[in-house]
Parts: sequence; C-alpha cells; structure tokens
Amino acid sequence: MRNIYILLLIAFIIPNLKAQQTPAKKQAERIVIMGATAHLGNGQIIENSIIAFEDGKFSTVANQAIGQGFDGYKIIEATGKHLYPGFIAPNTQLGLKEIDAVRATRDSREIGSLNPNIRSIIAYNTDSKVTPTVRSNGVLIAQVVPQGSTIPGTSSIVQLDAWNWEDAIIKEDDAIYLNWPSMFSRDWRNHGAIKKNEKYEKEVKKLESLFTEASVYSNKTNTKKQNLKLDAMRGLFDEKKKLFINVNFVKSITAAVLFAEKFDIKPVIIGGRDSYMITDFLKKHNVSVILKNTQSLPRREDDAIDQPFKTPGVLEKAGILYGLSIGGAWEQRNLPFQAGQCIAYGLDKEAAVQAITLNNAKILGIDKSVGSIEEGKSATFFICKGDVFDMRTSKVQQAFIDGREIDLNNKQKDLYNKFKAKYEKR
Amino acid sequence: MKHFFSFIFLFLIVQTGYSQITFPRNGVYDDRDGIYAFKNATIHKAPGQVLNNATLVIKEGKIEAVGTGVSIPDGAVEIDLKGKHIYPSFIDIYASHGMPEINKKDGPRNRGIQQMISNKEGPYSWNEALRTEFRAHEKFKADAKTANGWIKAGFGAISSHQMDGISRGSASLISLADKNEHEVILKDITAHHFSFKKGSSKQGYPGSLMGAIALLKQTNIDSDWYKNHGHKIEKNLSLKAWDELKSVPQIFAVSDKLEALRVLKMGQETKDKFIIKGSGDEYQRLEELKKWNPTFILPLNFPKAYDVVDPYDALLVSLGDMKHWELAPSNPGLLEKAGMEFAFTTDGLKEKGALLKNIQKAIKNGLSEDTALKALTTIPAKIIKCADIVGTLEKGKVANFLITSGKIFGKKTKIYENWVMGIQSVLKPMDIPDLSGEYLLTYGKEKIPLKVKGANDPKMVLVKNDTTDIKVKHSYSNGLISLSFSPDEDKEEIISLSGVVEDKMWSGRGTLNNGEWINWRSVYAKELEPEKNDKKKEENKKDNGKKEKSKKSKKDIKGKITYPFMAYGWETAPEQATYLITNATVWTNEEDGILEEADVLISNGKIKKVGKGLSAGGGTEIDGTGKHVTSGIIDEHSHIAISKGVNECTQANTAEVSIADVVNSEDINIYRQLSGGVTVSQLLHGSCNPIGGRSALIKLRWGLQPEEMKMKNADGFIKFALGENVKKSRSDRNNRFPDSRMGVEQVYMDAFTRAREYKANASDPTRRKDLELEVVNEILDSKRFVTCHSYVQSEINMLMHVAEQFGFKINTFTHILEGYKVADKMKKHGAAGSSFSDWWAYKFEVIDAIPQNGEIMNQQGVLVGFNSDDAEMARRLNQEAAKAMMYGDISEEEAWKFVTLNPAIMLHIDDRVGSLKAGKDGDVVLWSDHPLSIYAKAEMTFIDGIKYFDRTEDAKIQAAIQTERARLIRKMLAAKKGGAPTQGVKGKHHHHYHCDDHEDELSH
Repeated sequence: MRNIYILLLIAFIIPNLKAQQTPAKKQAERIVIMGATAHLGNGQIIENSIIAFEDGKFSTVANQAIGQGFDGYKIIEATGKHLYPGFIAPNTQLGLKEIDAVRATRDSREIGSLNPNIRSIIAYNTDSKVTPTVRSNGVLIAQVVPQGSTIPGTSSIVQLDAWNWEDAIIKEDDAIYLNWPSMFSRDWRNHGAIKKNEKYEKEVKKLESLFTEASVYSNKTNTKKQNLKLDAMRGLFDEKKKLFINVNFVKSITAAVLFAEKFDIKPVIIGGRDSYMITDFLKKHNVSVILKNTQSLPRREDDAIDQPFKTPGVLEKAGILYGLSIGGAWEQRNLPFQAGQCIAYGLDKEAAVQAITLNNAKILGIDKSVGSIEEGKSATFFICKGDVFDMRTSKVQQAFIDGREIDLNNKQKDLYNKFKAKYEKR
Repeated sequence: MKHFFSFIFLFLIVQTGYSQITFPRNGVYDDRDGIYAFKNATIHKAPGQVLNNATLVIKEGKIEAVGTGVSIPDGAVEIDLKGKHIYPSFIDIYASHGMPEINKKDGPRNRGIQQMISNKEGPYSWNEALRTEFRAHEKFKADAKTANGWIKAGFGAISSHQMDGISRGSASLISLADKNEHEVILKDITAHHFSFKKGSSKQGYPGSLMGAIALLKQTNIDSDWYKNHGHKIEKNLSLKAWDELKSVPQIFAVSDKLEALRVLKMGQETKDKFIIKGSGDEYQRLEELKKWNPTFILPLNFPKAYDVVDPYDALLVSLGDMKHWELAPSNPGLLEKAGMEFAFTTDGLKEKGALLKNIQKAIKNGLSEDTALKALTTIPAKIIKCADIVGTLEKGKVANFLITSGKIFGKKTKIYENWVMGIQSVLKPMDIPDLSGEYLLTYGKEKIPLKVKGANDPKMVLVKNDTTDIKVKHSYSNGLISLSFSPDEDKEEIISLSGVVEDKMWSGRGTLNNGEWINWRSVYAKELEPEKNDKKKEENKKDNGKKEKSKKSKKDIKGKITYPFMAYGWETAPEQATYLITNATVWTNEEDGILEEADVLISNGKIKKVGKGLSAGGGTEIDGTGKHVTSGIIDEHSHIAISKGVNECTQANTAEVSIADVVNSEDINIYRQLSGGVTVSQLLHGSCNPIGGRSALIKLRWGLQPEEMKMKNADGFIKFALGENVKKSRSDRNNRFPDSRMGVEQVYMDAFTRAREYKANASDPTRRKDLELEVVNEILDSKRFVTCHSYVQSEINMLMHVAEQFGFKINTFTHILEGYKVADKMKKHGAAGSSFSDWWAYKFEVIDAIPQNGEIMNQQGVLVGFNSDDAEMARRLNQEAAKAMMYGDISEEEAWKFVTLNPAIMLHIDDRVGSLKAGKDGDVVLWSDHPLSIYAKAEMTFIDGIKYFDRTEDAKIQAAIQTERARLIRKMLAAKKGGAPTQGVKGKHHHHYHCDDHEDELSH
C-alpha cells in the first residue's frame, strides 16, 4: 500500500518540475573548436588545438599551427578551456534505478540465479531524471548492467541523449555479467566473521556445467528444444558477446580467468580490487580489468591505507589494459573523480583520461567509433572550463554526442534557479 | 591400547553419614563416618603453604585435620601417600553445569515487526533479557555425567548460573559430588551474573551495546525506587530480585577488553565493583584496565594457529589476529605482573581436559605456578565469598582435594584421584606395579622373549628376531592382566591371554587363533638393557640440547604489544613536541585569510603563533615551501569508531543511550581518516528514531583508549531524526510508532511535555528517576544540543516550530538536503546546516536534493558545513568542500570553512579548534597541494601538537606490517609442521556504519 502512495507521489510531483531535457537534433552545421587544450583520450594532449567535426564525426584534430580554413564553420572559442572525449561509464545502473530505496523505481535485479537471457536494454529509461545530472559532469556513454545473482544478465551500451532505448544503443547486448561466487562467507555463530565458503566448489561446478552445456548448445545447428538461457550465451562462444566477471579477491580473480579460458573465453575482470597483486598473471593471460570505485576504503585492515588510489598506477605500469568505473546510477556523476583521485598516487594525468575514455571503449569493444578524439570517430566530447578531474576547477560547459550539442541543464539546476530566485525576489 | 590405563575411570561411592535426614529410607541404614587419613603426603594446604610428610584427615565429607603432627583418629581408613602430593580441588566460578536448558524459541525475529515487551508470564521485568529473578539453587539439577567431566579435569566445586540474558540472575556454589540436589548446593547465592547478550529474549530492546548499558543503568535505579516506593504501586519480581542481589558479587561477562573498560566505568555509576569474566585479550589494554583495579575471571581458550599455508588465504587473517595468536598465552602472566587478581575458568574450552595443558602454556609464557594455583582455588573462592567453604585444605572446609604424582603443573604429573566431598574418584590408579623388565613368555609350545618398557603406561613387545618386534596389546587392573597379539603380522591370527600377576610371574589361560585353549606364563628374566638405539638417542639429545637452546632463544622472540592492537598500531605512542612549519600557504580561517609564505608554530599542544619569520625555538622545523597548512578537518556527522550498533532502533525515543558508552578506539578508520586530514569527529547515533541517542565528540587520537579520545568539557549533543528512517520506510512492515511524519511530530510533543512534567515533579521523593526524561530535560534547558537528521522542508519546518514552542533551538540540521528551500526559516530560527555535497536519489525523500544546497544556505546566512556520514568519504572531505565550488558559486575560503571552522562552531568548540589562531589546539594539517584540490594529500596531521600521521612514516609502517605478518606466518607454519592444531582462516567483518544501519551488512 505504501508503494502505491509513493508511486502516486512520483506521478504527481515529477511532472511538475520543468526539467525535461529534450534530446538534441542531428548535427546540422559544421563546428570547429578553437584553442582548447585537447585531451585526446589516447594518452596524447594537444595544447591550443583545433577540433572540427561534421555529420557527427571528428573531421579535424590538430594543432592551431594548421591555421585557418574553417570558413562556414560555426566557431567555438575555447582558449584556456579543456576538451575531453565523452567519459564512458562501464557497469552502471543508469536508467534502471531511479531511486535506490524505492522498489517501484528499481529495475536492475531479476529473480533466479542464472539469468543470461535477461536484457537490460529494454528497461533502460531514457527519461530518467538522474541521467542529465551525470551528463553534466562529462559522462556521455554508459554500459547499462543488470545486478544481483550469479549471472544477473546481459548489458548494453548507450549514449546518454536519446528519445528511447532504441535510439540510445551504441552496442546492444554487449556482454554477459557473471558475479563470481565468493570464496568466503560470513560465520554468524562467530560475530559474523568471514570464513571460507564451504559451498564455493559447488557453486563453481554449477557454473561449469552451465558453460559446458551452453558451449555444446551453441554448436548445435538445429535445436528441437529451444533454451532461452543457452541461446543468450551463444554470443560468448563466437565472440559476439563479452564475459564480464565481477570478482575482487586475488585468488578468485585467478580462478575466474582460468574458468573462462577453459571455454576459450577472454574475460573482462570487473571490480578487480586485488588485481595489483597479480599483474604478471593478468598480463600473461592478456586479461583486461575494469576497477570499481578508486574512492573506496581498502578491503583489509592491514592493507596500505591508500591502496585503492594506487592500484590504477600499478596496472598502468604493468601494461595491463584497464579502465575505471563507479557503481550505481546517480553516483556516475563522480566517475571523473575516480580517475582524478589516482593522479596524486602515481597515475599520469593523460593516462587517467584514457582510463575512462579509450581504455573503457576498448574493453567494451566500442573503440572503433568512440573513446578518443580522433578523425573519423564520433564527435562525442565535452568542454570543461578547468581541469575536469579537480572539483576545485571543474565546470563542464558544453557537451556533444555524435556532434549534437546536448542540453546540460538538469533537474537540480532547475531547482537551484527556482529557489535562488525565491530569495532574490524578497 | 597403550592408553588403556588412562581410560580407567573408577567411581567409588563411599556412603557418608550426612545423607538427607528428612528423607524416608527404604532398607537398612548404612551411614558410615567416612573417616580417612592420608599420610606421608606433601600437602599443598593453600597456594604457597606446603607441608611435607603431612597428614590429612577427613570425616563426613569435611576436612577434619591437616598437618604434620596430626594424630590419626580411631576408625580411620589409612592411606599412605608417600611421594605423592595433595592439592585442593579446583573451582570454576563461570559455569552453567546443572542449569536448565535455555529455551531457544524457533524462528527468526520478524523483520519490521518487533516484540515491544516481555513475553514472560507473571509480574516480571518489562524486558525479557532481564532475568534477575532466576535463582540457580532453585533450578539446579544434579547430573553425574557432566559432573564426571568436571571431576576428571580436577574440579571439586563450581559456581553455576544460567547463561541467558543481560541480567542472568544468581549463581550457586555446587559440589560436584554424585549426590542429589539436597546435598550438593554449598551456597545458594554466590553472584549476580551479567552479559551484553540478550540470549533467548527476542524482544527488540536493547538492540545495541549502548542500549544494554542504558538498560542496566536504568534498571539499577528502578530497583532502588521499587524498594522504596514502587512496590506500593506495582508488583515487579525482577526489580525485587535485583535488589536482593545487590549485595552479592556482580560478575559481568564481556567479549573484549573495551567492553571490560565499559563495564568498569558503568560500575562507577551503578556503584558496583564488577568482577569481569574476561575475553583473554586484556593484555592489549592492560594499563587502562589496571587503573580500575578489577578482578578477572580469565578464559584459557588460546586461539589455535591459523592455517596459512596458502598465502592468498592468509590475507584474510588480520595482523591483529595473528599477533593475538602469539601473545594470548602471555595474557595471564602479564596480568600477574601488573598485579591484577584473577581466577581461571574453563569456559570457552572445548575440552575441560585442556585446562592444565593451557595453564602450562601460560606458565611457559610468564605466569607463576603459585598464581596459577591461586587462580584455580583461593581466588575463585574469594571472588564469590566462599573462602570459608572451599579453596584450601583447612579444618571445616569441604573435603575437595586432588592426589597427584608430583607438582600439579608439572608436565609429567598425573592426577591420581579427585576427592569431592569426601568421595573418591580415581582418575588413574595409584597402585600399578612396575612391570618393566625382560620376560620369557611361554604359551602352548611357543617360547618368546617379552619386553615390558616403562613403569607407567608400559609398552610391551615380543622379540621375534633381531629385526621384528611384535606389539602386544595389554591391560592391567588390580592384579589381573590380559595380553593379545598376532605372532605373524602378515596373517590375521590372534592370540589372547588372560591371567594374574603374582610377584615376577604372570600366568593363566588363553586361546590360540583356532580357539584352542592353552596355558601360558611369563617369567621375569632380568632388567631391561638400555637399547643401542636408546643410547644413541640420548647422546643425540645431549647434542640437540645445545642446538635446541639456541633455537629456543630464537623462538622466543615475540611481537610487541601495539596500541591499538592491530596493523598501524603504535609500539610507542607519538609525543607532543614543538613544530614550526615554515614558508607555506597558511589558511587561517581568521580575518587574516590565506597567508602566503607564512609560518605556523605549534608548541605545548597549542598553536603558538601564525605569521612570518617565526623561530622554532629548538623545535622541529618542517619546510612547508609549496605546501599548504590548515586547521584539521572536523566531521560533524561520523559513525566510525563505534562498537556494536550505531542505532538503538527499538523505541521512538532512546535519549537514554549514548555513543559515548561505546566508543571504539580500535577502528582502523581512525588512522585512515587522519590520512585525510580529519582531526575531530562527532560520533552520532543513527537515524532510526525521532529522539536518538547522545553523541560522542572525539579527537582522532589514534592509539589512545576510548576515554582519552573524547574531547573534555565540550557541550553534549543528541541525535534527532525525521522522515523515512524514523518511519522505518525500508521495511515492508512496521509496528513501531511513528509510521508517518504526522506521528513524528507527536513523538516530540509527547517527549517534551512529559519531560516538563517530570521536571515539575522534581521535589516528589517518590518520583522514579528516568534517564531518558532527564536527557530530554537537558535539551529543554539548552544544556544539550540537537543535531537533527532531516531531508524534507515540511519536517524541518515542523521541528523548528516544536522547538520554539518549548523554548529551545535546534542547533544543527544534518543532511538537510532541502535546506535550500527553507534557508530563510533556518536562519531566523538560528539553526545550522550540516550537509552532503552531492548525494541524492538514494531514497525518495532526497529526490529534491541539489549540490548547490550548501551555497544557497550559506548565502542566506545559515552556518553551513559538509559532513561525511561515511567512513570512506570522511577521508576526502576536502574534496567534498570543493564540490560546493564546482556546483555553486562560492569562494575558496568559504568552501574550506564548510569542513573546518563551520562545523567547529556548530559543535561549540570553535574556541579551541577550527582555525589557525594562537592559543587554539594544535590540530594542524600539512597538505602537499591546495587543500581543496583532488591532488592534495595530507602529509602530516597533528592533534594537540602530537603528530599522529606522517605520510613518510606511514610508508615505513606499511613495510613493517608486511615484515611482521611474514614473521607470524612463518611461525604459524612452523607450529603446524610441529603438529600444533590449526584453525581455518578467518577475517573480521568491518562495520562501516551509516545513519540507517540497524543490521549487519553482508559484504565480500
């Protein structure tokens, strides 16, 4: 009954707010941005750049030295400002969760433990009030991921300015997520202490038979009895879908990689908290890692107090392909700071940019079209008044997705203006 | 089979004369005097009092005489104990033997729906965890089987109680003799037992450690009130029982050393000198404990080594747990050295038989034998005021004593007999003859030499030829012997012989493998020759002795005790010193604003001077060139460093509870937050109820004990909360008032109205002192200040109205995410706003939160701060302050004050902290960069002029942690290799509390 009231409240209150960001129209005119410090996302930086784009794609990425020749272009003067590729947020619940604590607004979890057939994309809400607050911090692309059980489902990758989920798609059904069984469990007879999970082997065995059967199934040409779950897993065996394994403990990471390789699958490790301990192994097995929340506490009391801040720098030095992420939906607005946090702890600034742009694009398999400012790629980027990684200076002023300048207003800014005006009137 | 003898456990019942006189008899009277005289023994009358060649006389279950010149009375059974020792039997005063089983009700606690009052029938306490009316002597049931277990371990009497509840009622002194209840209860009431566990009670309250403490304090008051006035108004047998137990020893079981400190502190209030049943980790906070001069009952369940063969698994075990494994056996010795008095308990031991083995371990680790014996005899007797009944061997006391082969804690010492109330129990027969020697065994047609090695537990082998020995299974009892063996070990043939031992000749009948009966005999031939191998061994031993000695001295290296006892703890605490930070950018938070190239002088714990060209005056100079100096960050809303529950969630008003009772000095987040420049944290109660508990204000003095972390002479605060959390909106069901914002207002109206009436009745001598209402009155009197968790403008408005109606002010609204909507009203009321920078969308009531909230409130003249409410965010509050600049329009200095000066003002401590000004506390942070920048790292953090954090030192500490872990892992692996039992790896679960946490979170 309470939920109904909440629904009613949402139904009545939300339409009354004027924040409704309309998706931008297709790029009509050619645009050139002059003078910005362009962080290309591939590790390179162009001070005093000329960045031009048309039909939604970068056409010129160069230094001011190439001079003029941009007649008929709309010119955006950006001297002293910074330009970044649109940040890419892997492993999010954007558009799946509106209000964490209100069940009616959550669509990120499904019943059952093995749900490869569950698809996030069809629940992705392009009109979420959360998304515009995320875009206005430079996050323009997101992987939308189901959560929960052992295999919560299949993710898709979207751009964050669309009329509906079909418009939003960059890559549909890009990956199956697997939450690796925990090697540890809580001991409730002992004050909830953490001990070995007695059921671990059994849980892995269960996964093994699923993957084995799915692998056999994927080779069958005519299936009399169709199995939706095994159907959904076909893509894993012909590399159309990636396998993202959410795993953090060092031994579990190793186990997860070996598990995937048994099925000729190259997994992506998501979470990867202890990845810094086994860089040789990860390198040897050519496994990429997406770290979660660098702004987090060390897992273990004895760990280095700043270990989560240092981990990206360690992976960078080891030559491992890694990206950064932050869990949840509204939290995505803080993705830039997950990268920024590591710069004082051994990560190069341009490497930090790359970690949430080109690296993430590569890991997600969308680097052909997005992830860096390069000629021919999608003009998905933003302009920041200062250093986007530092709250002290960051102000995102303009953003473009496929060359379309998107509305950076959001519900919060509307409320800000509304109440600022209330006090000014008096 | 060689242990056969040790399995013999004879139980001889000796009828004594003082059976139940009132009982009718069915048969012929058989009451005997039971007079025994044990002569020629070494009698340990009491610890430290040894009588050689002495005699002990017992009669009718009591000691009649002890001494050297004792004459043996007529009719005494004489027992010669030449070469043997007599000790008083042991006493355990923390036991539950013979108590009724605890009624574990089925099913989990109902989520959302809680049990508000006791389900117990009858006029008892409102709270089911208070079982004060329980009387052990009324419920005791004699149980020979478990009593045997105790007797085998050397015990003669125990003080037993039912281990159920917070107040567990009384214990009784029970003799372990196999008699019925009427005879073995030596003393009805020996102690009142307490714990912090609710046991079988499924009632909601108390749901936290601080709630349990509050409940005990209030009940103590209630019992007094009941005695004087209350009994005329209501019937309450629990309160009556409480008063009855007020004069007996109060024994409190705790689960760690901090709980021990909490109990001792509580005792100051309740005027109880609690005896602490400890947890074995007392050595980790020994100095503080010593100040209370408490008596302990110590467990001996030393942890087993962790199985750390797999280095990845080893990661799970914390340094603190590893260190505890190493040092736990030193605990008794360290307490002895500190001059503290303690008894031992077997509680926590899986096998009572492990008692002596573990005491030997403790002795090896510094405990004296004398103290060990006291801890098993006189001290426990003294603690429960039963020294006139048990504990020593003196005339008139119960005849509970042990007969041993030697000194009681000797490794090879055997306990032969345990006499309890004059009843003999044989643990090991004393009269086994020395059978050792070489014999010739003849059976049927076979003749074969038989070697019997060892006087006690002999080994027997048949010498078939030079290379093969045949093992012989055997048993001996009272002159009867039996042997069995397989003459050819490859075949499953067996020969069984049985017979008698007469002098040097054994003989009898037996069966061959085919069942044929035969005669046999075994004739003594000669003494055993020491075997060649044995000789070698002995020589080797001598050689090894030297090696072992050198090994031993290596082995004995142990880790140091650190404060706190965990990774990053100090071996030696940092001390106050004079520091001059030079040539830095100094953020004064004062009229001077930000000073470039300036110096800050810290001395005697205070900021001495801020300016240019200062002299260190012999102190340490720190080059601050290119760096920034600020005052420490103050977190107005923190939930770190709290033990066992941040919320007492069970009632709408829990003003009686206080976080100050449960401050946890051993939380790693204290150290981590120092690395983020935090120096002061207000530890708030959660947001589960409209009137929550009182808060604790601490400085992050890492290493010190809880009381020393608290800021002295600071105004007290209390947590209020509004909205979804107090309505318990996350549960599907709720039966706790209030369930709507409308009800929340009424909780306040009711509490303040009642408090006002309570105060008006102050002169009524029959008034019951109510801790909850006393606290509410402090609020009305503006002696305690409110920090209120709040989100939505309607409720914020409401609470200000309520406060104004009752003539006080809401000091601070915390979270206050819709503060921007009512900033003008807040300003008018005079409330401050302590907010988040950018949190939103996590629940419905924060749907209108905006990151410009701080800016708007600030602009409207509201005092604004940003807090963490989160252990992670707290160590980058500087960044959160910067977000105010990112989202809104606010100056750097204003933003910086959000996390320093402004919270200091909110907490009424701005005269001491919050800015860099001569005379204020030396709470200073040296930053590597602009403090509002994400690139800034706190390089040093000072509190009271003590450098609690230094990033350069931290790198060394981290390296030392690795080295110490490696050492302990090596030691554990060696222990495992040496055959020591191990336990699987275990890790602590870390609670990182938030406002709305009222249950454990499962994380991995």
